[in-house]
Amino acid sequence: MHDGDAPKLPEHPRLAPGVRLHFDATRNAWVLLGPERVIETEGPASEILRRCDGSRTVAQIVDELAALYTADRTEIAGDVTDMLAELVTKRMLAA
Amino acid sequence: MIMPHAGAAIPAPLGLLAELTHRCPLACPYCSNPLALDNRADELDAAIWARVFREAAALGVLQVHLSGGEPASRRDLVEIVAAAHAAGLYTNLITSAIGLDGARLAKLQALGLDHVQLSLQDVDAASADHIADYAGAHARKVAFARTVVEQGLALTVNAVIHRANIDHVTAFVETAALLGAGRVEIAHTQYYGWALRNRRALMPTGAQVHQAMQQVERIRPLYADRLVIDLVVPDYYARRPKACMGGWARRSLNVTPSGRVLPCHAAETIPGLKFWSVREHPLQAIWMGSPAFQAFRGTDWMAEPCQSCAFREVDFGGCRCQALAIVGDAAATDPACELSPHHSRMLALAEQESVEPDIHYRYRGRPARDEVTAIQAR
Repeated sequence: MHDGDAPKLPEHPRLAPGVRLHFDATRNAWVLLGPERVIETEGPASEILRRCDGSRTVAQIVDELAALYTADRTEIAGDVTDMLAELVTKRMLAA
Repeated sequence: MIMPHAGAAIPAPLGLLAELTHRCPLACPYCSNPLALDNRADELDAAIWARVFREAAALGVLQVHLSGGEPASRRDLVEIVAAAHAAGLYTNLITSAIGLDGARLAKLQALGLDHVQLSLQDVDAASADHIADYAGAHARKVAFARTVVEQGLALTVNAVIHRANIDHVTAFVETAALLGAGRVEIAHTQYYGWALRNRRALMPTGAQVHQAMQQVERIRPLYADRLVIDLVVPDYYARRPKACMGGWARRSLNVTPSGRVLPCHAAETIPGLKFWSVREHPLQAIWMGSPAFQAFRGTDWMAEPCQSCAFREVDFGGCRCQALAIVGDAAATDPACELSPHHSRMLALAEQESVEPDIHYRYRGRPARDEVTAIQAR
């Protein structure tokens, strides 16, 4: 990470201890909750996050999202990878 | 007092600080509790807390910080945590570790505890125990931190920084990483409550503050893959004020052990504010209409230089309690801001007190030193 490369993604992404996804009925949005952190997520992001349960590989998450949105797999793969990398950087995925 | 928000939309709060008790075995000289501590007999019972949590969740609160005093001093802590989780809140236990063991922690975890924040007073046991005025506290904290991590719970280490430990910020970060914390708070002392009382003994020099800030930035990238490092800035040496509480009555609320609802934990120092209690009002009514919450909500209450300032909705004029403590007017610009006419006086105060040679703490909940001397002389 020191040389500016994208962080390494876990094989089976799982939310870090102390991080959980919660549906916020007041604001009608899925939010990611962590220590002193509240991150609002939009549609596809919450679909990715719900699948970060340690049982799926990154490829499986991409497959499921591509099927869900009937979208181009390559494009979805880019979005998923970007988002997971951001979560790793924010220390919100388990190592 | 102007009531500027009669018709304007009031945002829903995100966080609730639940001060379950003011009782604490430790006596830290920077404690954020008020000088007049609530009595045990006046504490809300678990059933009222459960109602408060349900009302908070309905109001939009997402996270509850179970604090004190020492929350583990409550025998019904397990019941209280279960109620917070059942209400759908993210539960954060802010503790000194005294009064908690693996078995009690396992129960809390099973009932839905999300996160533990543990305070460390220093990296060295003798100094830490002296700051807390509690022999053996540090060793118990270190053991407890390991238990938290072994049980798979998320851990934050909180380090309140002041003159006696400011040269150890790098070691604090290293210690937090060694203990397996996922996050560390390097929190420069905020001078309210007991900290204001002990300011002369706690205030570091400008050079120490500068060095400590540099050390954090130097070490941050080295721990980027292991540790989130959050910083609470030292107001007295700042140029811009912090957005205290994210703005008055804007993001969070604080319920005292006896049920008074405050916009921040020091708000009771401000004379003339009326605080409503959860014993008498639902939380939503308090959030929307309590005079104390309306007093400094938004920007209409501001005078110059805040009123025309481009940052008025960034920092919300800083901290009301600090304006009161230094300027004597809670509606003044926080003197931490360099645009305040009192800014240089605040800095001078800090510089002068930072070199006071005598650093005896006035510990909360302990007899004052002169009283101790008197007792010993008898």
